[in-house]
Amino acid sequence: MKVANLIRIALRALQRNKLRAFLTMLGIIIGVGAVITMMSIGEGSKQSIQSSLSSMGSNMITIQPQSNRTGGVRIASSEVQVLTLSDVRVLRRDATLLTAISPQASTNGQVIKGAMNWSTSLQGVSPEYFDIRKLTVREGIAFTEDDVRSAAKVCLLGQTVVENLFGSNEDPIGQIIRFNKIPFQVIGILAAKGQSSFGQDQDDVIIAPYTTVQKRVLAITHFQNIYASAVSEEASEAATDEIVRLLRENHRLRPEDEDDFRVRTQAELINTLSSTSSMMTVLLTAVAGISLVIGGIGIMNIMYVSVTERTREIGLRMSIGARGMDILMQFLIEAIMISVTGGLIGVFLGISASLLVAYTLGWPIVISQSSIVLSFLVCAFTGVFFGYYPAQKASRLDPIEALRYE
Amino acid sequence: MSEKILQIQDLKREFRMGTEVVRALKGLSFDVAAGEFVTIMGSSGSGKTTLLNILGCLDKPTDGAYLLDGVNVKDLNRDELARFRNVKIGFVFQSYNLLPRTSAIENVELPLLYNPAIGSKERRERAIHALEAVKLAERLDHTPSQLSGGQQQRVAIARALVNEPVMILADEATGNLDTRTSYEIMALMQELNQEQNKTIIFVTHEPDIAAFSSRTVMLRDGKLQTDTQNQAIKSAREALAALPESDDY
Repeated sequence: MKVANLIRIALRALQRNKLRAFLTMLGIIIGVGAVITMMSIGEGSKQSIQSSLSSMGSNMITIQPQSNRTGGVRIASSEVQVLTLSDVRVLRRDATLLTAISPQASTNGQVIKGAMNWSTSLQGVSPEYFDIRKLTVREGIAFTEDDVRSAAKVCLLGQTVVENLFGSNEDPIGQIIRFNKIPFQVIGILAAKGQSSFGQDQDDVIIAPYTTVQKRVLAITHFQNIYASAVSEEASEAATDEIVRLLRENHRLRPEDEDDFRVRTQAELINTLSSTSSMMTVLLTAVAGISLVIGGIGIMNIMYVSVTERTREIGLRMSIGARGMDILMQFLIEAIMISVTGGLIGVFLGISASLLVAYTLGWPIVISQSSIVLSFLVCAFTGVFFGYYPAQKASRLDPIEALRYE
Repeated sequence: MSEKILQIQDLKREFRMGTEVVRALKGLSFDVAAGEFVTIMGSSGSGKTTLLNILGCLDKPTDGAYLLDGVNVKDLNRDELARFRNVKIGFVFQSYNLLPRTSAIENVELPLLYNPAIGSKERRERAIHALEAVKLAERLDHTPSQLSGGQQQRVAIARALVNEPVMILADEATGNLDTRTSYEIMALMQELNQEQNKTIIFVTHEPDIAAFSSRTVMLRDGKLQTDTQNQAIKSAREALAALPESDDY
């Protein structure tokens, strides 16, 4: 028996019942389509999280104060004043795995320029902050260590602040703005960074030397955060350990004491967010996969009905020379054709749906080849698996009884 | 006599029904030579159907020998039986058994699809040739529902002829047809037998159909009752002409 003939036989049989073949396919079409769409959306959101986090600097390490239990009372972490210039100095002097360190003292407030005003956040940092956060100055210049030393009242503006304070044909450079009544001279404008993965506008910010913010705006001596860059992404784990050791020493913590600060790496953040997103992808894909299995059961169901309904046909085929194997292959090929055709339509539908989601909702999508190959293989396997039993049943019919079947 | 197509010696077939053993064929012997037109007759329960299944290689005898074209069918396995049915036997059934929603030509091509020796070009040529032989050359693309009963049976006969079998095995092939159409089918059978020298075995219980054959084997209770050569073979064509021109009312 030639395979070409078997395929021809199966194709003719399917052509006789186009609507039913299509309805049977529908389960597979929806299943494969759903799997591909879900995986595209999942993969897309995962990659967008990763890329936006690494655009913040994938080596970035954040040190935050942590409210430790003091006599059972917990204090909000922003109120804890444990991070000081001395910590920054120790890290600068002794840390071997860090390339850049910047303290941060920040506050929110109203900024005024002429008749315009805007509520934004003021971040006091050191010049190394630009490296750590991968900020670039689009116009003007960044401030220097000298400005830090002299607590100069200079600042750089994020794009959103510029838009809200200045007209389109105004040049902000050199102008004076007032933050909580304190005048700052604008010396630069930051290149736009867009939204962070948490939906925060990263351009809605004013950056100034930390000394200026500490002394002239907030009148404090501690920092809310210390940012640092590890020498490499792989070293961030070791760098974290180093920071913990140095800061515990500097804070004179006894071995039994809890840390009064917390060190977080970007890699950790990426992992947390990606694993959340991966879990969502797995869940969604599992649901879609279930519909694929249901589609397979639909094929099995229809193939069983088909075998019963076509008992006489099977008897006839056997009487004119079809072997059991030929009948088995015919029904198996029919099942595979249904599932593979359904799979192809499903792949097409899944890609279309993914593109539609990207186009209408603006969600990031990544159509991975692996999702297409995987779902296609699964549905081909479904055809074989669920088609085999009905086909076997057909092939084992007794031609005499099959011919007399009413 | 020319060569023997069928040789049946002391053929027995028993069925086990629970604890009882039903003996459907109780030792049957006869031969059929090439070019014969044999009708097998008998009332229901005579073993007619059992014999037909064995002759058609759909069933195997319990005991005795059945040689088709010199091969003992008893020695063949399931797949070899299927191959034998494909190339040696052409079946014609009472209820035509055409594939629905499938054109006449594709129905006729069907046995050739199971014959790996035949390519697609030859398949089509032979199917057209077979349909020409049953005078349906103008209806190649008609589906069974677009054909009358007699035409459907002629498609079935074309399907039986297409693999050039050593014999045609007809099972009550006129049972579903009116007299006129029955005679037309029998005229076709006679033509195939006389002009193309096809061996035909025709199972029926209608005596007037048997009159068109060259020999009648009568079964009774699983045994051969009579085996008679028909001395005066009736011509189906003449019988057809003798029918009233129009029996409509």
